[in-house]
Amino acid sequence: MNLRSPSTDAVMLESRAASFAKRSIKTASKRAAIDLAIRCIDLTTLEGRDTPGRVRTLCAKAIAPGEDAPSVAAVCVYPNLVEVAKAALHGTTIAVASVATAFPSGLSSLAVRLADTRAALDAGADEIDMVIDRGAFLTGDEARVAHEIAAVKSACGAIHLKVILETGELGSYDAIRRASDLALENGADFIKTSTGKIGTSATLPTALVMCEAIRDFERRTGERRGLKIAGGVRTTKSAIAYLVLVAETLGEAWLDPALFRIGASALLDDLLMQRQSGRTGRYASVDYFPKD
Amino acid sequence: MSLLTYAPALESTAPAKIADRYDLFIGGKWTPAASGATFPTIDPATERVIAQVARGEERDIDRAVTAARTAYDKYWKAMRPAERAKYIYRIARAITERSRELAIVETIDGGKPIKESRDFDVPQAAAHFFYYAGWADKLAWALRAGRTPAALGVVGAIVPWNFPLLMAAWKIAPALACGNTIVLKPAETTPLTALLLAQIIEEADLPPGVVNVVTGDGATGAALVAHSDVDKIAFTGSTEVGKIIQRTIAGTDKSVTLELGGKAANIVFADAPLDQAVEGVVNGIYFNQGHVCCAGSRLLVQENVHDAVVERLRERIATLRLGNPLDKNTDIGAINSREQHAKILELIASGVAEGAMLVQAPGAIPEKGYWIPPSFFTGVSPSLRIAREEIFGPVLSIMTFRTADEAIEKANNTPYGLSAGVWTDKGAKSMYVAQRLRAGVVWCNTFNQFDPSSPFGGYRESGFGREGGVAGLAAYLA
Repeated sequence: MNLRSPSTDAVMLESRAASFAKRSIKTASKRAAIDLAIRCIDLTTLEGRDTPGRVRTLCAKAIAPGEDAPSVAAVCVYPNLVEVAKAALHGTTIAVASVATAFPSGLSSLAVRLADTRAALDAGADEIDMVIDRGAFLTGDEARVAHEIAAVKSACGAIHLKVILETGELGSYDAIRRASDLALENGADFIKTSTGKIGTSATLPTALVMCEAIRDFERRTGERRGLKIAGGVRTTKSAIAYLVLVAETLGEAWLDPALFRIGASALLDDLLMQRQSGRTGRYASVDYFPKD
Repeated sequence: MSLLTYAPALESTAPAKIADRYDLFIGGKWTPAASGATFPTIDPATERVIAQVARGEERDIDRAVTAARTAYDKYWKAMRPAERAKYIYRIARAITERSRELAIVETIDGGKPIKESRDFDVPQAAAHFFYYAGWADKLAWALRAGRTPAALGVVGAIVPWNFPLLMAAWKIAPALACGNTIVLKPAETTPLTALLLAQIIEEADLPPGVVNVVTGDGATGAALVAHSDVDKIAFTGSTEVGKIIQRTIAGTDKSVTLELGGKAANIVFADAPLDQAVEGVVNGIYFNQGHVCCAGSRLLVQENVHDAVVERLRERIATLRLGNPLDKNTDIGAINSREQHAKILELIASGVAEGAMLVQAPGAIPEKGYWIPPSFFTGVSPSLRIAREEIFGPVLSIMTFRTADEAIEKANNTPYGLSAGVWTDKGAKSMYVAQRLRAGVVWCNTFNQFDPSSPFGGYRESGFGREGGVAGLAAYLA
């Protein structure tokens, strides 16, 4: 890739990132933020023990999370469960996203990773969440990373491609910025922070670096690309901090499931609880909220 | 409601009980000014009178200095240093305990955003007391071997209105740790937190007269400077007043430290992390509405990234939220006083008249109170007033340079020398530039970082003497 990526410095990046969490979002703004966060969720289950029953339960929750709460954006599953999710969500606007490309490590041949992608697409996936080969990236083989992203995008065609950078494995903000630029330049519709399978998932500074890459990409090309944060976002408070970050860095146009997603499972329960307490002024016992 | 509108998130003012009038704190007692005179202190965000405050004059200063001298001779001089430390720790703890109240009062009296008084002013003030409390019984290690530390006696401290509580802490904490007693004269427009600090000191049960607070105006400060029984003057404020102080004490044996104005350069090289540099520039000039002596008020940007930086800056200042300082989401509060507001407007007008291009953040300005939106000038040549004079407001002057040596020359081309910033990805270049800047503090790839353990102070017309750290003790030891 000929594009030079700008450097990033940790001190002011982290200081700016921390400022988003200090915004005090109250009353009407908080209600709007909670509903927006729900609409942006990719409700996710990515466990070795996932079963059709588990996925159907999740889909039911995705459609009607509770009371009159809005539906989530998508349900995210492994390729083998795409058909089940597709059937359960039939007739709704909720998308089925599938991880692919030898998730979560990506350490298989390109042929296997493309076959994995095609299987998910054939099963009816509306969105593909691919992983980059961090090994290749860290050995400096950017060309390979770029080629693989482009190849997966080519297989996806019009289907939305989210490129998972697994930022917790990249080692520096400069590397995160570089990987973001690589993904955006090679066809990513979204760049996504993490698989959720390692200790370090999304953080505010990481999301900020990625937003800067998306903002600069728009300046360069006029095209808007999306951000997905995943892993570790469990509370309403932290979800709102990400909404503030996106709004203040990319603008309000990005506060839309078409351009912003949160990959989560437990978060939805906290959002629903906060949503209800915002209305009633009281917190109900967790047992008033159905477990999925 | 759109998320970005951010519904009001007002800090409750309930914890802050502000009285209708405040007396002077002299010799451990609250006492009106000898003349009975008072002056109003005003909330600059609403122009409302908050309270009436005693206007001290020469007679009151004399009483306060006498009380400080008595306290010095009677209690403080002979007290074991470890005992002194206990009092200072007690003050530090009380500041922490009353932090919300102090933050609210600081914001109401001075106009700064509650976010800043809560997260910067008050915690830093407490940190200074904690830090210097620890030094009280270790002063022998602050000096070169063989010298015995000794207090100076009575310190007259005069502090400005931009960080009222913090500047009082910067003076009182090291002065007490070194065994001096103090007469503090707070700024006329922001006396309240110093008076709350006097309450804290009273409750901490310090011997009467060790700390005295005499509120008033410039004449009150002048009387303190001129008083024959004051051993040392510690002043933070304008270069103009600093010069008057120097003239006043010429020929006396008073010692003095002065922390004065600045016109700091923030130097952004093309290889800098530009987004982070813009954050530093924003913090450097818009923090506390630019009422900061070390503000990065001149931006020197390498010519080949000028447009990119200006574009980012223009976008960034549009996200700054100006308004009620008590709202937790406010980034830009009120200008401290009517006088300062007029001064800033006059300098902005001069920049426009002299041909520089003014850019201001969009957005409504409240009807009451004193406000200036975040502003910057492009096309500034070094000869313009906005490039030379300290504006002390949220107004940045942007100039360009081509090489590192040109940047250094331009940065040093000012009578001031308080602070500077260098933004580059190359460590060697930071060091090369930092070594050649005539400034007391140089921040590399950051700005406005403070810590009690780090000395702060100026070169040339920015003053002399250091505050903070081990170096800060020297200013209060004989």
